[in-house]
Amino acid sequence: MIMGGGKDKPELIVNGKRTDGREFGELRPIKIQAGILKNAEGSAYLEWGNNKVLAAVYGPKEAQPKHIADPNRAIIKCRYQMAPFSSLEEHSRSGPNRRAIEISKVTKEVFENVILLDNFPGSEIDIFVEVLQSDGGTRAAGITAAAVAVASSGIPMRDIPYAVSAGKAGDEILLDLNKIEDNYSDADMPVAIAPRNSDILLLQMDGALTKEQVQRAADLVIKAGETITKLQRDALEARYK
Amino acid sequence: MMAENEEYILEMLGKGMREHERDHMDYRDIKIEINTIPHAEGSATVDIGNTKVLVGVKLGVGDPLPDKPNEGALVTGAELLPLANAEYETGPPSPEAIEFARVVDRGIRAAGVVDTDALFIEKDKVWTAFVDIYVLNYDGNLFDAGTLAATTALLTARMPKIEGEEIIREGNLGKLKTNGTVTSCTFAKVGKTILLDPNANEERIMAGRLTIANDEKVVRAMQKGLSGSFSFKELTDLIDATFDKSKLLRDRMKQAMGE
Repeated sequence: MIMGGGKDKPELIVNGKRTDGREFGELRPIKIQAGILKNAEGSAYLEWGNNKVLAAVYGPKEAQPKHIADPNRAIIKCRYQMAPFSSLEEHSRSGPNRRAIEISKVTKEVFENVILLDNFPGSEIDIFVEVLQSDGGTRAAGITAAAVAVASSGIPMRDIPYAVSAGKAGDEILLDLNKIEDNYSDADMPVAIAPRNSDILLLQMDGALTKEQVQRAADLVIKAGETITKLQRDALEARYK
Repeated sequence: MMAENEEYILEMLGKGMREHERDHMDYRDIKIEINTIPHAEGSATVDIGNTKVLVGVKLGVGDPLPDKPNEGALVTGAELLPLANAEYETGPPSPEAIEFARVVDRGIRAAGVVDTDALFIEKDKVWTAFVDIYVLNYDGNLFDAGTLAATTALLTARMPKIEGEEIIREGNLGKLKTNGTVTSCTFAKVGKTILLDPNANEERIMAGRLTIANDEKVVRAMQKGLSGSFSFKELTDLIDATFDKSKLLRDRMKQAMGE
């Protein structure tokens, strides 16, 4: 994010609408398909605006190497990665960079909360998120897709989490920032939620927000959850019809 | 298996108590010393209880970032040194170290502590401020100690100058241009209890961690860590607590800088 307005900062709000014509609290179109990869125990393909994300789950299987196994519960391994061709900008080096390592960690922690790890002592569950095309909000898209992938694998979860970001342009709180908004906004706050009690499973933020603005962002995130959760459940139902 | 002292901590928390008779929303003793590594352009050593963190700031000349051709760069790294804790290992930075560095970085960046515009030299030539966080002794709450040390080191750093081909790092130099200040408050969730400034024993049993970085006016960065969850009510209450507790951190910082 570019703080305090770079020299060539584009207007993020024109005539009360966002750069892509959305209302402040409006999600981009989301499409989810469950169970599309044959080899994985569970998988999902998700399009969220111009983001295209694949998620797959392998396991539970014996934890490797053995010394990392937890005799009391399953461990989760998670890798989030952006394809080198995924952005409109230059080709990026493949392999996880520091940003991807951090996102992998916080994504893993979301699923450590909801998966019933005690059911699978000594084993590991692998979650892979591959961002094929990126347009802002890829960690949220990845978590939302991975949740469908885990659910479609049959691994028991307390809840099917979803994620979405909120942010700020000027004094307006915006839902679901796209890439341009992400780059030039005054704050960005990705959140993952357990819909059954609205608990926060992931929260990151940078920029500038007052407590009241955090509250307004939270309201938008929870409201959006109704839509996202329904799309996730519809995708799972379609898979088993 | 839970170690004995961890069971003891849980038992005490059940009675509303905490090690060393600390209240749930109290910091341990905080000590800040500036210029502990005079060779670095800026440096500070921060103790929070038995946690000890050193930050050294160096400035170097290099290329601008491709998407920011008209400003200097800020690069933050963190080392969880093996001498700081029996559980730290040598090798490339762990996800924990990377998260730590990136959370400190986001707070500093969002609060505008480093004026990156002022680090522009000429076309294709800018200063980069390297902020290296060295954990010397681990006893919990690295995030707050790291943010305090990094901010203090930056606020007290001198600005090298270029004369011809040479970088002058000593002598009569001005200060690094800064535009803000930031501190962070980190909370641990242990069972249903929320503790400010968790020590190592408390961190070993915490389910979730929440760090809120702020300046005098707004929240600048937040990061929830680990598998435990927080409610939005807890979040907004802890934002209030952060604005309250950060006054102490800013006071300690000002004292250390002789203000």
